[in-house]
Amino acid sequence: MKYLKNIMYAFISTCYQCHILLTRIELTMIKKNMSTIIEAGHANRNYWYDLWRFRELFLFLTWRDILVRYKQTVFGILWSVLRPVMTMLVFTFVFGKIARLPTEGDVPYALLVFAAILPWQMFSNALQESSNSLIGNEGLISKVYFPRIILPISSIITSAVDFCISFVVFLAMMIFWGVGFHIQLLLLPLFVFLSLLTAIGAGLVISALNVSFRDFRYIIPFIVQFGLYVSPVGFSSSVVPEKWRLLYSLNPMVGVIDGFRWCLLGENVQFYWPGFWASIAAVIVLLYSGLKIFRGMERSFADKI
Amino acid sequence: MVASIRIENLGKKYIIEKQRQAGSNYVSLRDVISEKVKSAGKRILHPTQRILPPTKQEFWALKDINLEVDQGDKLAIIGHNGAGKSTLLKLLSCITEPTAGKVTMNGRIASLLEVGTGFHPELTGRENIFLNGSILGMSQKEIRCKFDEIVDFAGVETFLDTPVKRYSSGMRMRLGFAVAAHLDSEILIVDEVLAVGDAAFQKKCLGKMDAVSKSEGRTILFVSHNTDIVQSLCNKAIVMRKGSVIFEGDVRAGVDCYCQSIKENNTDGKSHISETLELTGVEFFQDGNYEPDTVIEGKPFQLKMIVRANKKHSDVVVMAVIQKLSGDIQAFLSTDISHSVVNLAEGNNQVTCFVDDMPFLSGTYSITIKLITKEGEKLNVPDYKILFIKDGVRGEAISMYRKWAGEALINHYWESESI
Repeated sequence: MKYLKNIMYAFISTCYQCHILLTRIELTMIKKNMSTIIEAGHANRNYWYDLWRFRELFLFLTWRDILVRYKQTVFGILWSVLRPVMTMLVFTFVFGKIARLPTEGDVPYALLVFAAILPWQMFSNALQESSNSLIGNEGLISKVYFPRIILPISSIITSAVDFCISFVVFLAMMIFWGVGFHIQLLLLPLFVFLSLLTAIGAGLVISALNVSFRDFRYIIPFIVQFGLYVSPVGFSSSVVPEKWRLLYSLNPMVGVIDGFRWCLLGENVQFYWPGFWASIAAVIVLLYSGLKIFRGMERSFADKI
Repeated sequence: MVASIRIENLGKKYIIEKQRQAGSNYVSLRDVISEKVKSAGKRILHPTQRILPPTKQEFWALKDINLEVDQGDKLAIIGHNGAGKSTLLKLLSCITEPTAGKVTMNGRIASLLEVGTGFHPELTGRENIFLNGSILGMSQKEIRCKFDEIVDFAGVETFLDTPVKRYSSGMRMRLGFAVAAHLDSEILIVDEVLAVGDAAFQKKCLGKMDAVSKSEGRTILFVSHNTDIVQSLCNKAIVMRKGSVIFEGDVRAGVDCYCQSIKENNTDGKSHISETLELTGVEFFQDGNYEPDTVIEGKPFQLKMIVRANKKHSDVVVMAVIQKLSGDIQAFLSTDISHSVVNLAEGNNQVTCFVDDMPFLSGTYSITIKLITKEGEKLNVPDYKILFIKDGVRGEAISMYRKWAGEALINHYWESESI
């Protein structure tokens, strides 16, 4: 409980400080009368300010993707319900019934699986969407300037819509099985955020590489498939031997999935804190290197695409 | 005055890899890996042999560009295809990065390299206005403020809630331009986007661009091949050729310079020979002096052509057509009209056409020569020579009414008497 309070406090205060910082930066930039300097070898110096200036474009692109996605498909919403449910049924059967892996506490195995499918599906969708985001918007990249990073990130946010739909399904199932809600549920946004950050980190690398090497996209389904079994989606991460657990948690999705189960299923789940911090560290490394690679390659996008 | 744009030693290099297969303009990871493995294998098998890297060729799309544009200037960038105009605009709008040099720009930049960038066919006109606006860097508030104006300008009120995929291409273009025209920026960069669209809309766009530059002191960079549009919109020009600026200055002189380079391109390798006739030269004379390419309006003018004939011809029809560079025919000079008789002897002949009074106002024209013999043999030399005309006394006298004066002045006089 004391962790919970601390984390929430830290989260809120960070958000607030970011807000103050950004407002201050914007004010100083306006004062500087907006001069642009383009120099060989130097990336645009106003990059982060531009990102802030184009924040509305970010919303518009997300909004466009969502609009287009659900405009064209009749089965759009039905599909985003069916997919996690089918996966849940198969995994429950394979891991729960055939392999007879233990569940956490007395939670129904199906619920245990579904709690993990929620973040996993969001992550894998986000990864696939973002990997195509740059190539799919070729026209924009070669004709207009804006911080390119907006494209992969906005496509990642789009996949959060599917998440919301399947989350409603999950809540319905919890009520059906009569599993109570817990106070940790309030921390769920933190883990949603964490899984989005993971997706952003990986998405940035993949989308940038995809511009230079077009056949990179064939690797993505493989990564997603592979990751599904490497991450504890179909089983509880407590089946992993204790000595390997910390190493295992270096997969950021382990921390995310554990967190989801802990938030949604409450006291039934033992939360493994060292693993959580390991995952956080892995996310930070991933995000940092993703940004670094993306920013490095970004300048030549318009020439290569 | 503060320079709006200052460009110093700007350069952009592309590397062309010869080895790449035709048809694929991107690298695949598979190829890269297999290439690396192959070369590593070769290195192991033949450690002494040097491996040549795949043939890479450097190509400077832009080189050593130095330019300063003052605030409120309307600068035309003219040049042939591949002269580097679009690359320059891309660098200025931050889309690609320069290889060398530095650009400093003061003020917000709006660039319009393509009309309707980012339009999504599935979204409605209304949605696309917002999307396109924000892609171009407008805030939601701004777009909302100018929404009615934009719709009005584009003239698409009735189709606002129709998906853009059902729009005609003209409507799509109008909508795209309307959004861009309402951008509030100190610097506007426009690539040849007006080449499409009907004349009425082109006029409307130009009027809008002219109005904003006048009233708000905007700097405009404008790329076009249409020398007439350039002259009516811009006050300054640069001419580019093979990645460098070959001329910088007044727009009229700039257009002339561009035309000159067209001439150099045109006369190369064109056949001026028919079966028995050959056109070896066309010369301009005024006041008894030879003029290489420029004559003055309002004065007598002679056009001399040298024709070599392999055999005698009598009563040859000779025509000279004076055209604008856009291809519009301005005047037709012919032996048929003046009832002159031209006979050609074997060997070199000089045929002269006398014009009493050069009617055309300053501009650039091209001269096409046609000869038809009695036997029906034809020699047709299109755009043989470029003719520059400078304003004379009359032209200068009416320079303030230049807009209404049209292209030519007719000799005339007025009288008044009390009745």
